[in-house]
Amino acid sequence: MATKSTLPPTPATAGSGKASHEVAAQHIPARTLRSELRAIKAVWRRELIRFSRDRLRILVSLIQPFLFLFVLGTGLSTLVSTSTHGVNFRTFIYPGILCMAVMFTAMFSAASIVWDREFGFLREMMVAPVRRSSIVLGKCVGGATVATFQGVIVMAIGPLVGVHYTLGLALEIFALLLLLAFSITSFGMMAAARVTQMQSFMALMQMAIMPMFFLSGALFPVNKLPPWLAVLNRLDPLTYAVDPMRRAVFAHLDISPVVRQALAPGVTWWGWHVPGLVEAAMVAIIGLVMLAIAIAEFSSVE
Amino acid sequence: MSATSLTESNGRPSDQRSIDAPAISVRGLTKSYGEIEAVRGIDFEVARGETFGFLGPNGAGKSTTISMLCTLARPTGGKAEVAGLDVVRERDRVRRNIGLVFQDTTLDNYLSAEQNLRLHAELYGMPREKIAPRMQSVLQMLQLWDRRESLVGTFSGGMKRRLEIARGLLHSPRVLFLDEPTIGLDPQTRSSIWSYITKLEDEQDVTIFLTTHYMDEAEYCDRIAIIDRGKIVALDTPEALKASVGKDRVQITTEDDPTAIAALGERFGIEAQMAEGEVTFGVASGEQFVPRLFAELGLAIRSVSVARPSLDDVFMSYTGTTIRDAEAGSNDMMRNMAKMMNR
Repeated sequence: MATKSTLPPTPATAGSGKASHEVAAQHIPARTLRSELRAIKAVWRRELIRFSRDRLRILVSLIQPFLFLFVLGTGLSTLVSTSTHGVNFRTFIYPGILCMAVMFTAMFSAASIVWDREFGFLREMMVAPVRRSSIVLGKCVGGATVATFQGVIVMAIGPLVGVHYTLGLALEIFALLLLLAFSITSFGMMAAARVTQMQSFMALMQMAIMPMFFLSGALFPVNKLPPWLAVLNRLDPLTYAVDPMRRAVFAHLDISPVVRQALAPGVTWWGWHVPGLVEAAMVAIIGLVMLAIAIAEFSSVE
Repeated sequence: MSATSLTESNGRPSDQRSIDAPAISVRGLTKSYGEIEAVRGIDFEVARGETFGFLGPNGAGKSTTISMLCTLARPTGGKAEVAGLDVVRERDRVRRNIGLVFQDTTLDNYLSAEQNLRLHAELYGMPREKIAPRMQSVLQMLQLWDRRESLVGTFSGGMKRRLEIARGLLHSPRVLFLDEPTIGLDPQTRSSIWSYITKLEDEQDVTIFLTTHYMDEAEYCDRIAIIDRGKIVALDTPEALKASVGKDRVQITTEDDPTAIAALGERFGIEAQMAEGEVTFGVASGEQFVPRLFAELGLAIRSVSVARPSLDDVFMSYTGTTIRDAEAGSNDMMRNMAKMMNR
């Protein structure tokens, strides 16, 4: 940890004759910020390479969002059409489904570190002369990139469910997806530090992700809930990713303010409307805290 | 190899120390896992350029020692220096100066051979312009250059091991640690791995520290240390160790082995033991002893074998058991435990 951060590039003068035999020595400069960034980038690139190889995974993780959007969404829309004030139910759940796509991919990305441990590759990374935080960060950024990519695919089908992007909306949604992907991956990494068995890890993730998804308001408006559900909803971190996304989408729909208020009312805390930026900041902070825990966990392992 | 590293090493005066120092120096090193003392105070030095073998049954403390030298496990007591650098206080610098090949594979099966090496180079902060030539040279040396674009998942066990050795050498370490480099490989692949290790010794300026529990493999080393139950019981060149035993090994089976052991003690003053299911003992000249044995033992002898001293006998004479018997014992438990701790 306490190595020098920079290396004075002293010209080879003294000792050069002697050292002619020492070529094996010290090829590797001391740890610097640059070398840490290189390590992060290397780990990140590995995630991308692996993801691009795994076409099946890309496809499979799209199935669930599509089922929700087109099967559940279409099926339920006949039932709920009166209460959506003419807005397609698919449009309504679309922001939630975007989050879902990202969440599941991010979860699987984080799971890869459990595989890495199982197949020994984690060891190769852990013994490298870089900070553990660089490894964890590389993994998180990699997972976030991959998950966001998946989210972008789901973004692309927006027009099919009546969501037409402007550049501003696309950027806003993209930024929120990136944030969510990062937080979920950090959450997964934090869990993976402790849970070393794949089965347990997946079970744990399912246990965390499904309730989070259902409580988040991905499938229903968050006002006018019974008190117990309202409390659980406000406690669910995912709520603060779905809500700003839905509000952004609905802000761009050509609907009356009354309908907008009914379908995308926004999260309130004791009557106070939580601004979208605060919500996004919460997701980011939760993600950062979990990242910090993950780093601490991985650094403490020998 | 090139001389470009000189600027780097000259930048830090303390590196002079590491250059002059022995490759490895260990004093009073201990490691306990709770109640279990895996390593109980060992001392040795490995000179630069040497191929040093660490020999012992599974569970004897080999892997624990190697983990401490590689900075993967913190010693409970004592001191260890690798390339003149303290394994505890200068952990990162030690890591930059060593190459590691573990017992279990640590490759990414979903990347190509080349991608695995490139990732390693990036993690070890190798100067960019050196990566490609160095990669080519190590891959060619281990004859994997033609397969560089293949996914590692398609490699055989021997190829994977070779790739790991190539990767361990990639950043030009001063000491290359090979933990059971041939474990789990078929005999043919084992000998081919050894031919690479020997080549490496000739072509690369690198000290090799390896562990093995194959006695025949220890013969390839310049010097070997025999470790048993966490202590070094012998340390010398293979030749000197064999000479120190000096006796032929005789193994017999009889109709009543315990009586035979007793009889050997009473009539010949020979201390015999059961090993590998046979009554085993050492005598100065086996060929001459066997006729006497038949005449005087007073028991029916079913089979006899006489062998010139080998490293197996060295091991036997220092530990009182053959390496196979030692492994069959409860020691596996300890090894598994150490392995778990090292995760």
